[in-house]
Amino acid sequence: MTHVFVETDAGGQVTLTSAEAVTFARTVLPDAGSAASSETSGIEAVVVGALSDDAVAELGRLGVAAIHHLEHPDLEQYSAAAWAQAIVDIAPESGTLLASGTPRGMELMAHAAIRAGERMAANVVSADEDGLLRQVFGGTAFERLRLDGDLHVLTVAGHACTPEETTPTEPEIFSYDLDIAEEDLRTRVVRTEEEAADDTSGLTSARAVVGAGRGVGSENGFGEVLELVDHLGGALGVSRVVTGLGWRPHTEQVGQTGSRISPDVYIACGISGAIQHMAGVEAAKTLVAINTDEESTMVQRSDYAIIGDLHEVVGAVNEEIVRRRG
Amino acid sequence: MDILVCIKRVPDIAGSVTLDDTGTGIDDSGLGHTMSSHEECAVELAIGTASATGGTVTVLTVGPAEAVEQLRAAVAVGANDGILIETAEADAFAPEDIAQVIGDVVRDRAEAGQTFDLVLLGNDAADTGDFQVGIRLAYDLGYPVLSNIQSFTPGADGLEARGIGPAGTEVFSLDLPAVIAVQEGGVDPRYPSITGRMKAKKAPIVEYDAPEPGTGNPRIRLELPEVEQSSVTILGEGPEAAPALVDVLEEIGVIRP
Repeated sequence: MTHVFVETDAGGQVTLTSAEAVTFARTVLPDAGSAASSETSGIEAVVVGALSDDAVAELGRLGVAAIHHLEHPDLEQYSAAAWAQAIVDIAPESGTLLASGTPRGMELMAHAAIRAGERMAANVVSADEDGLLRQVFGGTAFERLRLDGDLHVLTVAGHACTPEETTPTEPEIFSYDLDIAEEDLRTRVVRTEEEAADDTSGLTSARAVVGAGRGVGSENGFGEVLELVDHLGGALGVSRVVTGLGWRPHTEQVGQTGSRISPDVYIACGISGAIQHMAGVEAAKTLVAINTDEESTMVQRSDYAIIGDLHEVVGAVNEEIVRRRG
Repeated sequence: MDILVCIKRVPDIAGSVTLDDTGTGIDDSGLGHTMSSHEECAVELAIGTASATGGTVTVLTVGPAEAVEQLRAAVAVGANDGILIETAEADAFAPEDIAQVIGDVVRDRAEAGQTFDLVLLGNDAADTGDFQVGIRLAYDLGYPVLSNIQSFTPGADGLEARGIGPAGTEVFSLDLPAVIAVQEGGVDPRYPSITGRMKAKKAPIVEYDAPEPGTGNPRIRLELPEVEQSSVTILGEGPEAAPALVDVLEEIGVIRP
């Protein structure tokens, strides 16, 4: 039996990373012999708070057999301890409990593992009879490990697999009469400031992302790059050096400690390709590098590259786009 | 407010890594070392808060004797003193073991008269990326815990802490003592001053020997990604290559009409 904690967005839709986690549970875990066969699925979703018809239908398309709907006035505002206890209360005694490796997923699975007396493995990318494989050292290496408890608690690394629909099911929905301990509400959200909403969402959902690194030269060196972002209707993503220098806000940072993106194309301008940055962009379908150094990691790991000064090259690309538009 | 910040000595990795002879760790002999980036922000938050409330900052690490360098680096930017829990075999410890070891030392310091209102850690370490030591430590100490926090300010009876949630900035009200796992992005770590560096050389460091790990690391081995042969297509050099790139972008279909 596998339980997947599923996150939904403000519109009630299943998030991309949660769809990945459900797919991982259905298609990867059975290879490890730790879940029911994919035919009977055995994959059950856990949703806290509002559950929309769209989410139920989407989870059905993803092959979920049942949805455990955890709803209670005390769970309306997020509290890791209270949410995790509710998740543990309905978790199978043996099997797998997993979430996607988002900040919420990591936090909840850690609390849940402690409360269930189990270990927790973060950022798992694959599983087979030889155990689990998870990202360490910012994606530079993998750790092979074996969880030894009855309930295997883990998070799935972002973009470890692509969401895959299957023969649709009509998930059975279970509701519960929950008992929330006062002590678990000590760390509840007291308010959410939506005006300062997480503006990384544009970055993680954009089809085209233009990356800018130290090579832009200064705070005022983003002109050509931002024009290209506009031509592509895309988003700007920057390296840690750029945010470290205070040239751009942290919400635009891509990499191990920023956003992990999976656009159709990522155009890295003046970025050498430090491993921490590559960890955030390796899921892009096409990688393009514009760099003066042909031997740089970014150029060598890309599908396409132009060797040259980014300001000159990006400026010329913008002109060419405008010219073709007529 | 007296604050304990738990930091970790990690290899400063820029490119690829190689494994050591055992296959369970990386060969860090040619690498520099640093503290994890989330922890640099935790140290900065601690120094700012201690200075605003008239308290102290103590930094703690579990690691090899050389990890004293990371403790001194934190003192150089404003921490008061350090605690080194020494082990040459940090890889043998599971996250729950590390939390237990830190929890025992926090209790031992309390008996010695050194107590902490707040314990900070990074959200996860740059090397092992376990995302749980702070939470396990909080359960061990019986304290409330928040993760993914970017900033906080002391209030009348605790802290107001802020982190980025799925729908915006989430604000929490937290009673002390408590544990917070910090996510970088809310503050800019300061650089050490000359006087800070001088002070760091003489910083008081309390030393403990780490016990044998309790449950032990479930790690079987480390594995490296397969080295992919570069398959890059060089479209050309300089601005003259721009049309070739626009062709590629048109092919992908990402140019706005």
